[in-house]
Amino acid sequence: MIAAAENLVHRYGHRTALDGLSFQVEPGAIFGILGPNGGGKSTLFRILSTLMAPVSGAAFIDGLDVVRRPREVRTRLGVVFQSPSLDRKLTVGENLHAQGSLYGMRGPLLRRRISEVLERLRLRDRENDIVDRLSGGLRRRAEIAKALLHRPSVLLMDEPSSGLDPAARRELMDYITGLRDEQGTTVILTTHILDEADRCDRLLLLSHGRSVAAGSPAELKARVGGDVVEFEVSEIGNLVASMAERFRVRPQVVDGRIRVEIPNGHRFAAEAVEAFPGRIHSVAMHRPTLEDVFLDETGEHI
Amino acid sequence: MSPATPGSVGHLLPVAALWRREFIRFWRERSRVFGFVGMPLVFWLIIGSGFGNLGFFYPGALTLTVMFSAVFSMMSLIEDRREGFLLSMLASPAPRAAIALGKIFGTSTLAWLQALLFLVFLPLAGFHIVPLRLLALVAVLFLVSFTFTALGFFFAWQMDSTQGFHAVMNLLLFPLWMISGSLFSADSAGAWMRVLMRLNPLAYSVAAVRRLLDPAVPSSTPGLVFSILLTAGCGLVLLAVSAAAVSRPSVRNRA
Repeated sequence: MIAAAENLVHRYGHRTALDGLSFQVEPGAIFGILGPNGGGKSTLFRILSTLMAPVSGAAFIDGLDVVRRPREVRTRLGVVFQSPSLDRKLTVGENLHAQGSLYGMRGPLLRRRISEVLERLRLRDRENDIVDRLSGGLRRRAEIAKALLHRPSVLLMDEPSSGLDPAARRELMDYITGLRDEQGTTVILTTHILDEADRCDRLLLLSHGRSVAAGSPAELKARVGGDVVEFEVSEIGNLVASMAERFRVRPQVVDGRIRVEIPNGHRFAAEAVEAFPGRIHSVAMHRPTLEDVFLDETGEHI
Repeated sequence: MSPATPGSVGHLLPVAALWRREFIRFWRERSRVFGFVGMPLVFWLIIGSGFGNLGFFYPGALTLTVMFSAVFSMMSLIEDRREGFLLSMLASPAPRAAIALGKIFGTSTLAWLQALLFLVFLPLAGFHIVPLRLLALVAVLFLVSFTFTALGFFFAWQMDSTQGFHAVMNLLLFPLWMISGSLFSADSAGAWMRVLMRLNPLAYSVAAVRRLLDPAVPSSTPGLVFSILLTAGCGLVLLAVSAAAVSRPSVRNRA
Protein backbone atom coordinates (compact mmCIF):
# COMPACT_ATOMS: atom_id res chain seq x y z
CA MET A 1 0.00 0.00 0.00
CA ILE A 2 1.38 3.38 -0.94
CA ALA A 3 -1.21 5.34 1.00
CA ALA A 4 -3.75 4.42 3.62
CA ALA A 5 -6.13 5.83 6.18
CA GLU A 6 -7.18 4.04 9.33
CA ASN A 7 -10.30 5.11 11.10
CA LEU A 8 -9.76 8.83 10.52
CA VAL A 9 -11.94 11.10 12.60
CA HIS A 10 -11.97 14.88 12.44
CA ARG A 11 -14.29 17.47 13.92
CA TYR A 12 -14.59 21.23 13.65
CA GLY A 13 -16.24 22.12 16.94
CA HIS A 14 -19.38 19.99 16.97
CA ARG A 15 -19.44 19.34 13.26
CA THR A 16 -18.00 15.98 12.26
CA ALA A 17 -16.09 16.19 8.99
CA LEU A 18 -14.56 12.72 8.95
CA ASP A 19 -16.35 9.93 10.71
CA GLY A 20 -14.11 6.87 10.93
CA LEU A 21 -12.76 6.80 7.38
CA SER A 22 -10.50 3.97 6.24
CA PHE A 23 -9.11 3.13 2.81
CA GLN A 24 -6.05 1.83 1.03
CA VAL A 25 -4.39 2.99 -2.16
CA GLU A 26 -2.35 0.64 -4.32
CA PRO A 27 0.84 1.91 -5.93
CA GLY A 28 0.56 3.16 -9.51
CA ALA A 29 -3.17 3.75 -9.34
CA ILE A 30 -5.25 6.85 -9.90
CA PHE A 31 -7.33 6.93 -6.76
CA GLY A 32 -10.33 9.25 -6.82
CA ILE A 33 -12.23 10.51 -3.81
CA LEU A 34 -15.67 11.40 -5.06
CA GLY A 35 -18.28 13.21 -3.06
CA PRO A 36 -20.33 16.36 -2.71
CA ASN A 37 -18.81 19.54 -1.34
CA GLY A 38 -18.92 19.39 2.42
CA GLY A 39 -18.60 15.60 2.37
CA GLY A 40 -15.16 15.62 3.98
CA LYS A 41 -12.90 15.72 0.91
CA SER A 42 -11.08 18.90 1.83
CA THR A 43 -10.52 17.77 5.38
CA LEU A 44 -9.07 14.50 4.15
CA PHE A 45 -6.86 16.42 1.71
CA ARG A 46 -5.49 18.65 4.47
CA ILE A 47 -4.68 15.65 6.62
CA LEU A 48 -2.97 13.71 3.82
CA SER A 49 -0.96 16.79 2.82
CA THR A 50 0.37 17.07 6.44
CA LEU A 51 -1.23 20.49 6.95
CA MET A 52 -3.63 19.36 9.64
CA ALA A 53 -3.69 16.59 12.23
CA PRO A 54 -6.85 14.48 12.59
CA VAL A 55 -8.63 14.25 15.95
CA SER A 56 -8.00 10.51 15.92
CA GLY A 57 -7.01 7.71 13.57
CA ALA A 58 -3.97 7.70 11.32
CA ALA A 59 -2.99 8.24 7.71
CA PHE A 60 0.09 6.93 5.92
CA ILE A 61 2.00 7.90 2.81
CA ASP A 62 4.62 5.39 1.67
CA GLY A 63 4.23 3.67 5.03
CA LEU A 64 5.00 6.87 6.96
CA ASP A 65 2.59 8.34 9.46
CA VAL A 66 1.63 11.83 8.22
CA VAL A 67 1.37 13.22 11.75
CA ARG A 68 4.48 11.67 13.27
CA ARG A 69 6.86 12.01 10.33
CA PRO A 70 5.60 14.99 8.36
CA ARG A 71 8.96 16.04 6.91
CA GLU A 72 9.65 12.66 5.37
CA VAL A 73 6.11 12.45 4.08
CA ARG A 74 6.49 15.88 2.45
CA THR A 75 9.54 14.79 0.43
CA ARG A 76 7.48 11.93 -1.05
CA LEU A 77 4.38 13.93 -1.72
CA GLY A 78 3.60 16.32 -4.56
CA VAL A 79 0.65 18.52 -3.70
CA VAL A 80 -1.60 20.42 -6.11
CA PHE A 81 -3.94 22.68 -4.18
CA GLN A 82 -7.31 23.75 -5.44
CA SER A 83 -6.39 27.40 -5.07
CA PRO A 84 -3.42 28.45 -7.17
CA SER A 85 -0.16 28.27 -5.28
CA LEU A 86 2.15 29.76 -7.88
CA ASP A 87 3.53 33.19 -7.16
CA ARG A 88 1.74 35.21 -9.83
CA LYS A 89 4.42 37.88 -9.98
CA LEU A 90 7.15 35.36 -10.79
CA THR A 91 7.81 33.55 -14.05
CA VAL A 92 7.12 29.84 -14.37
CA GLY A 93 10.87 29.19 -14.20
CA GLU A 94 11.34 31.35 -11.10
CA ASN A 95 8.47 29.56 -9.39
CA LEU A 96 10.04 26.20 -10.15
CA HIS A 97 13.39 27.40 -8.91
CA ALA A 98 11.91 28.52 -5.60
CA GLN A 99 10.01 25.26 -5.27
CA GLY A 100 13.18 23.24 -5.92
CA SER A 101 15.01 25.16 -3.19
CA LEU A 102 12.24 24.41 -0.71
CA TYR A 103 12.79 20.73 -1.50
CA GLY A 104 16.55 20.96 -1.10
CA MET A 105 17.49 20.88 -4.78
CA ARG A 106 19.99 23.18 -6.48
CA GLY A 107 22.54 23.55 -9.25
CA PRO A 108 22.63 21.20 -12.25
CA LEU A 109 20.21 18.72 -10.64
CA LEU A 110 17.60 21.43 -10.19
CA ARG A 111 18.12 22.75 -13.72
CA ARG A 112 17.72 19.25 -15.12
CA ARG A 113 14.54 18.65 -13.15
CA ILE A 114 13.08 21.98 -14.19
CA SER A 115 13.67 21.21 -17.84
CA GLU A 116 12.20 17.72 -17.36
CA VAL A 117 8.92 18.91 -15.89
CA LEU A 118 8.63 21.74 -18.40
CA GLU A 119 9.06 19.18 -21.17
CA ARG A 120 6.59 16.76 -19.63
CA LEU A 121 3.88 19.38 -19.25
CA ARG A 122 4.69 21.05 -22.58
CA LEU A 123 5.59 24.35 -20.94
CA ARG A 124 9.07 24.74 -22.35
CA ASP A 125 8.25 27.92 -24.24
CA ARG A 126 6.51 29.35 -21.16
CA GLU A 127 9.45 29.17 -18.81
CA ASN A 128 10.04 32.95 -18.88
CA ASP A 129 6.38 33.98 -18.85
CA ILE A 130 5.05 35.67 -15.75
CA VAL A 131 2.33 33.47 -14.23
CA ASP A 132 -0.16 36.34 -14.09
CA ARG A 133 -0.23 36.41 -17.89
CA LEU A 134 -0.93 32.69 -18.42
CA SER A 135 -4.34 31.20 -19.21
CA GLY A 136 -6.14 29.07 -16.62
CA GLY A 137 -5.23 25.79 -18.32
CA LEU A 138 -1.55 26.71 -18.58
CA ARG A 139 -1.47 27.80 -14.96
CA ARG A 140 -2.89 24.47 -13.85
CA ARG A 141 -0.21 22.70 -15.86
CA ALA A 142 2.44 24.87 -14.24
CA GLU A 143 0.98 23.94 -10.84
CA ILE A 144 1.40 20.28 -11.71
CA ALA A 145 4.93 20.87 -12.97
CA LYS A 146 5.70 22.48 -9.63
CA ALA A 147 4.28 19.53 -7.72
CA LEU A 148 6.22 16.98 -9.81
CA LEU A 149 9.59 18.74 -9.62
CA HIS A 150 10.97 16.58 -6.81
CA ARG A 151 9.61 13.36 -8.36
CA PRO A 152 7.13 12.53 -5.63
CA SER A 153 5.95 8.95 -5.33
CA VAL A 154 2.43 10.20 -4.63
CA LEU A 155 0.76 13.14 -6.35
CA LEU A 156 -2.06 14.56 -4.27
CA MET A 157 -4.53 16.82 -6.07
CA ASP A 158 -7.49 18.73 -4.69
CA GLU A 159 -10.23 19.17 -7.30
CA PRO A 160 -7.62 19.40 -10.07
CA SER A 161 -9.99 20.43 -12.84
CA SER A 162 -12.17 22.91 -10.99
CA GLY A 163 -12.46 26.09 -13.03
CA LEU A 164 -11.27 24.43 -16.24
CA ASP A 165 -13.35 24.06 -19.38
CA PRO A 166 -14.16 20.50 -20.57
CA ALA A 167 -11.35 20.48 -23.16
CA ALA A 168 -8.72 21.57 -20.64
CA ARG A 169 -10.16 19.06 -18.18
CA ARG A 170 -9.76 16.18 -20.65
CA GLU A 171 -6.24 17.28 -21.42
CA LEU A 172 -5.45 17.37 -17.72
CA MET A 173 -6.70 13.82 -17.20
CA ASP A 174 -4.57 12.72 -20.17
CA TYR A 175 -1.51 14.10 -18.37
CA ILE A 176 -2.44 12.33 -15.20
CA THR A 177 -2.95 8.98 -16.87
CA GLY A 178 0.30 9.49 -18.82
CA LEU A 179 2.09 10.13 -15.58
CA ARG A 180 0.78 6.90 -14.10
CA ASP A 181 1.66 4.87 -17.20
CA GLU A 182 5.14 6.28 -17.79
CA GLN A 183 6.41 7.01 -14.29
CA GLY A 184 4.25 4.77 -12.17
CA THR A 185 3.28 7.75 -10.05
CA THR A 186 0.36 7.14 -7.72
CA VAL A 187 -2.24 9.87 -7.99
CA ILE A 188 -4.79 10.64 -5.29
CA LEU A 189 -7.36 13.22 -6.29
CA THR A 190 -10.55 14.61 -4.86
CA THR A 191 -13.37 15.45 -7.22
CA HIS A 192 -17.06 16.04 -7.59
CA ILE A 193 -16.92 15.92 -11.39
CA LEU A 194 -18.20 12.65 -12.87
CA ASP A 195 -16.04 12.68 -16.03
CA GLU A 196 -12.97 12.99 -13.90
CA ALA A 197 -14.08 10.26 -11.51
CA ASP A 198 -14.79 7.94 -14.46
CA ARG A 199 -11.13 8.06 -15.44
CA CYS A 200 -9.84 6.96 -12.06
CA ASP A 201 -8.70 3.37 -11.47
CA ARG A 202 -10.27 3.18 -8.04
CA LEU A 203 -12.89 5.33 -6.41
CA LEU A 204 -13.92 6.05 -2.89
CA LEU A 205 -17.38 7.54 -2.51
CA LEU A 206 -17.38 9.89 0.43
CA SER A 207 -20.50 11.22 2.10
CA HIS A 208 -20.79 12.86 5.52
CA GLY A 209 -17.24 11.85 6.32
CA ARG A 210 -17.81 8.16 5.66
CA SER A 211 -16.93 5.81 2.86
CA VAL A 212 -20.22 4.73 1.27
CA ALA A 213 -18.71 2.58 -1.50
CA ALA A 214 -15.35 1.76 -3.03
CA GLY A 215 -14.18 0.05 -6.19
CA SER A 216 -13.40 0.70 -9.83
CA PRO A 217 -15.89 2.89 -11.72
CA ALA A 218 -17.10 -0.19 -13.63
CA GLU A 219 -17.58 -2.24 -10.46
CA LEU A 220 -19.49 0.56 -8.83
CA LYS A 221 -21.75 1.04 -11.81
CA ALA A 222 -22.41 -2.72 -11.95
CA ARG A 223 -24.02 -2.37 -8.53
CA VAL A 224 -26.84 -0.50 -10.13
CA GLY A 225 -29.15 -3.17 -11.58
CA GLY A 226 -29.03 -2.68 -15.37
CA ASP A 227 -30.35 0.60 -16.81
CA VAL A 228 -31.80 3.64 -15.17
CA VAL A 229 -35.24 4.68 -16.41
CA GLU A 230 -36.79 7.97 -15.33
CA PHE A 231 -40.41 8.96 -15.85
CA GLU A 232 -41.71 12.47 -15.78
CA VAL A 233 -45.33 12.35 -14.67
CA SER A 234 -48.14 14.84 -14.12
CA GLU A 235 -49.02 13.44 -10.72
CA ILE A 236 -47.19 10.77 -8.82
CA GLY A 237 -50.19 9.63 -6.78
CA ASN A 238 -50.41 5.83 -6.60
CA LEU A 239 -48.18 5.39 -9.64
CA VAL A 240 -45.19 4.25 -7.60
CA ALA A 241 -47.20 1.53 -5.87
CA SER A 242 -48.91 0.38 -9.06
CA MET A 243 -45.65 0.24 -10.93
CA ALA A 244 -44.02 -1.74 -8.14
CA GLU A 245 -46.86 -4.22 -8.06
CA ARG A 246 -47.24 -4.67 -11.77
CA PHE A 247 -43.59 -4.90 -12.81
CA ARG A 248 -42.03 -6.13 -9.57
CA VAL A 249 -39.62 -3.20 -9.46
CA ARG A 250 -38.59 -0.79 -6.71
CA PRO A 251 -39.32 2.73 -8.01
CA GLN A 252 -37.85 5.72 -6.18
CA VAL A 253 -39.02 9.30 -6.35
CA VAL A 254 -36.13 11.62 -7.05
CA ASP A 255 -36.65 15.32 -7.74
CA GLY A 256 -40.32 14.76 -8.59
CA ARG A 257 -39.55 12.01 -11.09
CA ILE A 258 -40.01 8.29 -10.78
CA ARG A 259 -36.74 6.46 -11.12
CA VAL A 260 -36.36 2.72 -11.73
CA GLU A 261 -33.24 0.62 -12.07
CA ILE A 262 -33.86 -2.40 -14.24
CA PRO A 263 -32.12 -4.61 -16.84
CA ASN A 264 -33.38 -4.13 -20.41
CA GLY A 265 -34.68 -0.71 -19.55
CA HIS A 266 -35.96 0.05 -23.05
CA ARG A 267 -38.48 -2.81 -22.91
CA PHE A 268 -39.67 -1.83 -19.44
CA ALA A 269 -40.00 1.81 -20.47
CA ALA A 270 -42.27 0.93 -23.40
CA GLU A 271 -44.41 -1.41 -21.31
CA ALA A 272 -44.78 1.11 -18.51
CA VAL A 273 -45.94 3.87 -20.87
CA GLU A 274 -48.56 1.49 -22.28
CA ALA A 275 -49.63 0.25 -18.86
CA PHE A 276 -50.38 3.76 -17.52
CA PRO A 277 -51.85 5.58 -20.52
CA GLY A 278 -51.76 9.35 -20.34
CA ARG A 279 -50.02 9.53 -17.01
CA ILE A 280 -46.40 9.56 -18.18
CA HIS A 281 -45.22 12.71 -19.95
CA SER A 282 -41.74 11.68 -20.86
CA VAL A 283 -39.28 8.85 -20.44
CA ALA A 284 -35.51 9.01 -20.18
CA MET A 285 -33.15 6.09 -20.01
CA HIS A 286 -29.39 5.90 -19.47
CA ARG A 287 -26.65 3.45 -18.58
CA PRO A 288 -25.80 3.80 -14.87
CA THR A 289 -23.46 6.66 -14.02
CA LEU A 290 -21.51 7.28 -10.85
CA GLU A 291 -24.20 9.76 -9.95
CA ASP A 292 -26.67 6.84 -9.90
CA VAL A 293 -24.34 4.85 -7.69
CA PHE A 294 -24.06 7.74 -5.31
CA LEU A 295 -27.80 8.29 -5.32
CA ASP A 296 -28.40 4.60 -4.57
CA GLU A 297 -25.96 4.54 -1.69
CA THR A 298 -26.82 7.86 -0.06
CA GLY A 299 -30.12 9.08 -1.46
CA GLU A 300 -28.27 12.32 -2.31
CA HIS A 301 -26.77 13.90 -5.36
CA ILE A 302 -23.06 14.45 -5.74
CA MET B 1 12.87 8.52 -5.63
CA SER B 2 13.47 11.61 -3.51
CA PRO B 3 16.20 13.97 -4.62
CA ALA B 4 17.71 14.98 -1.33
CA THR B 5 18.11 12.71 1.66
CA PRO B 6 14.51 12.29 2.74
CA GLY B 7 13.47 14.56 5.54
CA SER B 8 16.64 16.59 5.58
CA VAL B 9 16.29 19.79 3.63
CA GLY B 10 18.73 22.33 5.06
CA HIS B 11 17.94 25.89 6.06
CA LEU B 12 20.17 27.73 3.61
CA LEU B 13 18.46 26.92 0.29
CA PRO B 14 14.91 27.74 1.41
CA VAL B 15 16.04 30.97 3.11
CA ALA B 16 17.95 32.04 -0.01
CA ALA B 17 15.01 31.17 -2.28
CA LEU B 18 12.49 33.15 -0.22
CA TRP B 19 14.90 36.06 0.06
CA ARG B 20 15.35 36.09 -3.70
CA ARG B 21 11.62 35.89 -4.25
CA GLU B 22 11.01 39.07 -2.22
CA PHE B 23 13.50 40.93 -4.41
CA ILE B 24 12.01 39.73 -7.68
CA ARG B 25 8.53 40.65 -6.51
CA PHE B 26 9.67 44.06 -5.36
CA TRP B 27 11.39 44.78 -8.64
CA ARG B 28 8.39 43.70 -10.74
CA GLU B 29 6.04 46.06 -8.93
CA ARG B 30 6.85 49.48 -10.28
CA SER B 31 4.68 51.26 -7.72
CA ARG B 32 6.72 49.79 -4.91
CA VAL B 33 9.95 50.87 -6.54
CA PHE B 34 8.60 54.43 -6.91
CA GLY B 35 7.53 54.51 -3.28
CA PHE B 36 10.87 53.14 -2.25
CA VAL B 37 12.82 55.95 -3.89
CA GLY B 38 10.11 58.58 -3.59
CA MET B 39 9.79 58.53 0.17
CA PRO B 40 13.38 59.62 0.85
CA LEU B 41 12.94 62.30 -1.83
CA VAL B 42 9.89 63.73 -0.09
CA PHE B 43 11.82 63.61 3.14
CA TRP B 44 14.62 65.53 1.50
CA LEU B 45 12.24 68.23 0.21
CA ILE B 46 10.87 68.77 3.69
CA ILE B 47 14.34 68.93 5.15
CA GLY B 48 15.41 71.34 2.43
CA SER B 49 12.56 73.67 3.36
CA GLY B 50 14.32 74.50 6.60
CA PHE B 51 12.51 72.67 9.33
CA GLY B 52 13.41 73.67 12.89
CA ASN B 53 15.56 71.55 15.20
CA LEU B 54 16.28 69.01 12.51
CA GLY B 55 19.15 67.45 14.38
CA PHE B 56 16.77 66.29 17.07
CA PHE B 57 14.04 64.93 14.80
CA TYR B 58 16.22 63.21 12.22
CA PRO B 59 17.04 60.03 14.22
CA GLY B 60 13.38 59.56 15.19
CA ALA B 61 12.17 60.10 11.64
CA LEU B 62 14.76 57.68 10.31
CA THR B 63 13.78 55.00 12.81
CA LEU B 64 10.11 55.62 12.13
CA THR B 65 10.58 55.08 8.42
CA VAL B 66 12.54 51.87 8.83
CA MET B 67 10.15 50.56 11.42
CA PHE B 68 6.98 51.23 9.46
CA SER B 69 8.23 50.03 6.13
CA ALA B 70 9.57 46.90 7.86
CA VAL B 71 6.34 46.11 9.69
CA PHE B 72 3.97 46.88 6.85
CA SER B 73 5.95 44.99 4.25
CA MET B 74 4.66 41.92 6.09
CA MET B 75 1.23 42.53 4.62
CA SER B 76 2.64 40.36 1.86
CA LEU B 77 2.49 37.39 4.22
CA ILE B 78 -1.28 37.78 4.40
CA GLU B 79 -1.36 37.91 0.59
CA ASP B 80 0.81 34.79 0.42
CA ARG B 81 -1.73 33.01 2.56
CA ARG B 82 -4.61 34.23 0.46
CA GLU B 83 -2.94 33.29 -2.80
CA GLY B 84 -1.99 29.79 -1.73
CA PHE B 85 1.77 30.28 -1.97
CA LEU B 86 2.00 29.94 1.78
CA LEU B 87 0.22 26.58 1.69
CA SER B 88 2.67 25.19 -0.81
CA MET B 89 5.59 26.36 1.36
CA LEU B 90 4.04 24.58 4.32
CA ALA B 91 3.50 21.39 2.34
CA SER B 92 7.22 21.36 1.47
CA PRO B 93 9.84 19.70 3.65
CA ALA B 94 11.63 23.03 4.21
CA PRO B 95 12.23 23.59 7.94
CA ARG B 96 9.52 25.80 9.44
CA ALA B 97 12.15 28.10 10.94
CA ALA B 98 13.66 28.55 7.46
CA ILE B 99 10.27 29.61 6.11
CA ALA B 100 9.93 32.29 8.80
CA LEU B 101 13.56 33.36 8.50
CA GLY B 102 13.53 33.53 4.69
CA LYS B 103 10.44 35.68 4.63
CA ILE B 104 11.67 37.97 7.42
CA PHE B 105 15.16 38.22 5.99
CA GLY B 106 13.92 39.08 2.48
CA THR B 107 11.51 41.80 3.54
CA SER B 108 13.84 43.27 6.15
CA THR B 109 16.63 43.60 3.60
CA LEU B 110 14.35 45.74 1.45
CA ALA B 111 13.34 47.98 4.37
CA TRP B 112 16.99 48.32 5.29
CA LEU B 113 18.06 49.31 1.77
CA GLN B 114 15.45 52.03 1.81
CA ALA B 115 16.79 53.31 5.12
CA LEU B 116 20.22 53.55 3.53
CA LEU B 117 18.80 55.95 0.96
CA PHE B 118 17.88 58.25 3.84
CA LEU B 119 21.46 58.35 5.02
CA VAL B 120 22.33 60.37 1.93
CA PHE B 121 20.70 63.32 3.68
CA LEU B 122 22.81 63.10 6.83
CA PRO B 123 24.96 66.13 5.96
CA LEU B 124 21.82 68.16 5.20
CA ALA B 125 20.50 67.41 8.66
CA GLY B 126 23.77 68.74 10.07
CA PHE B 127 25.39 65.42 10.97
CA HIS B 128 29.02 64.76 10.22
CA ILE B 129 29.74 61.18 10.88
CA VAL B 130 33.06 59.28 10.70
CA PRO B 131 33.13 56.20 8.44
CA LEU B 132 33.33 53.71 11.29
CA ARG B 133 30.24 55.16 12.97
CA LEU B 134 28.47 55.21 9.65
CA LEU B 135 29.22 51.52 9.28
CA ALA B 136 27.87 50.86 12.76
CA LEU B 137 24.77 52.88 11.90
CA VAL B 138 24.22 50.81 8.76
CA ALA B 139 24.43 47.65 10.87
CA VAL B 140 22.06 49.00 13.53
CA LEU B 141 19.54 49.99 10.87
CA PHE B 142 19.57 46.40 9.63
CA LEU B 143 18.99 45.18 13.15
CA VAL B 144 16.05 47.56 13.58
CA SER B 145 14.48 46.55 10.29
CA PHE B 146 14.99 42.85 11.07
CA THR B 147 13.38 43.20 14.50
CA PHE B 148 10.36 45.06 13.20
CA THR B 149 9.90 42.74 10.25
CA ALA B 150 9.87 39.85 12.72
CA LEU B 151 7.27 41.73 14.77
CA GLY B 152 5.22 42.20 11.60
CA PHE B 153 5.57 38.50 10.74
CA PHE B 154 4.33 37.39 14.12
CA PHE B 155 1.20 39.54 13.91
CA ALA B 156 0.55 38.98 10.20
CA TRP B 157 0.70 35.20 10.78
CA GLN B 158 -2.32 35.40 13.07
CA MET B 159 -4.40 37.58 10.77
CA ASP B 160 -6.26 37.10 7.54
CA SER B 161 -7.04 40.65 6.51
CA THR B 162 -4.53 43.28 5.49
CA GLN B 163 -6.83 46.02 6.78
CA GLY B 164 -7.02 44.37 10.19
CA PHE B 165 -3.27 43.99 10.27
CA HIS B 166 -2.83 47.64 9.35
CA ALA B 167 -5.19 48.78 12.08
CA VAL B 168 -3.63 46.62 14.80
CA MET B 169 -0.07 47.56 13.93
CA ASN B 170 -0.88 51.28 13.86
CA LEU B 171 -2.56 50.99 17.22
CA LEU B 172 0.49 49.27 18.63
CA LEU B 173 3.26 51.22 16.97
CA PHE B 174 2.11 54.84 17.01
CA PRO B 175 1.89 55.25 20.79
CA LEU B 176 5.17 53.40 21.20
CA TRP B 177 6.85 55.65 18.67
CA MET B 178 5.46 58.81 20.26
CA ILE B 179 7.00 57.93 23.59
CA SER B 180 10.20 56.57 22.09
CA GLY B 181 12.16 59.78 22.51
CA SER B 182 11.57 60.68 18.87
CA LEU B 183 9.28 63.65 19.56
CA PHE B 184 10.55 64.78 22.96
CA SER B 185 13.42 63.64 25.11
CA ALA B 186 12.95 61.92 28.44
CA ASP B 187 14.47 64.95 30.18
CA SER B 188 11.49 67.11 29.33
CA ALA B 189 8.98 64.45 30.41
CA GLY B 190 7.31 63.85 33.77
CA ALA B 191 8.35 61.01 36.09
CA TRP B 192 5.64 58.60 34.91
CA MET B 193 6.38 59.22 31.29
CA ARG B 194 10.04 58.62 31.97
CA VAL B 195 9.24 55.18 33.39
CA LEU B 196 7.06 54.37 30.39
CA MET B 197 9.79 55.49 28.04
CA ARG B 198 12.28 53.27 29.79
CA LEU B 199 9.95 50.28 29.40
CA ASN B 200 9.33 50.97 25.74
CA PRO B 201 11.44 48.59 23.63
CA LEU B 202 11.10 50.88 20.64
CA ALA B 203 12.87 53.69 22.54
CA TYR B 204 16.06 51.65 22.41
CA SER B 205 16.02 51.45 18.62
CA VAL B 206 15.72 55.22 18.48
CA ALA B 207 18.41 55.59 21.16
CA ALA B 208 20.89 53.40 19.28
CA VAL B 209 20.44 55.45 16.11
CA ARG B 210 20.63 58.74 18.06
CA ARG B 211 23.80 57.73 19.93
CA LEU B 212 25.55 56.78 16.70
CA LEU B 213 24.57 59.97 14.92
CA ASP B 214 25.39 62.38 17.69
CA PRO B 215 27.72 61.49 20.56
CA ALA B 216 26.57 64.57 22.50
CA VAL B 217 23.04 63.36 23.26
CA PRO B 218 21.13 64.08 26.49
CA SER B 219 22.40 61.85 29.28
CA SER B 220 18.92 60.37 29.72
CA THR B 221 19.30 58.55 26.37
CA PRO B 222 19.94 54.82 26.97
CA GLY B 223 23.50 53.60 26.31
CA LEU B 224 24.56 52.46 22.86
CA VAL B 225 25.65 48.91 23.63
CA PHE B 226 22.65 48.23 25.83
CA SER B 227 20.29 49.64 23.18
CA ILE B 228 21.82 47.47 20.46
CA LEU B 229 21.69 44.35 22.61
CA LEU B 230 18.10 44.98 23.57
CA THR B 231 17.00 45.54 19.96
CA ALA B 232 18.85 42.39 18.85
CA GLY B 233 17.34 40.45 21.76
CA CYS B 234 13.82 41.55 20.79
CA GLY B 235 14.53 40.55 17.19
CA LEU B 236 15.68 37.08 18.18
CA VAL B 237 12.73 36.52 20.49
CA LEU B 238 10.32 37.64 17.76
CA LEU B 239 12.03 35.36 15.22
CA ALA B 240 11.74 32.44 17.64
CA VAL B 241 8.04 33.01 18.37
CA SER B 242 7.38 33.46 14.65
CA ALA B 243 9.12 30.18 13.83
CA ALA B 244 7.16 28.50 16.61
CA ALA B 245 3.91 29.89 15.20
CA VAL B 246 4.74 28.45 11.76
CA SER B 247 5.55 25.08 13.33
CA ARG B 248 2.20 24.74 15.05
CA PRO B 249 0.79 21.49 13.63
CA SER B 250 -2.72 22.60 12.85
CA VAL B 251 -2.71 25.29 10.24
CA ARG B 252 -5.73 27.40 9.54
CA ASN B 253 -6.31 26.62 5.95
CA ARG B 254 -8.60 29.12 4.39
CA ALA B 255 -7.40 28.94 0.85
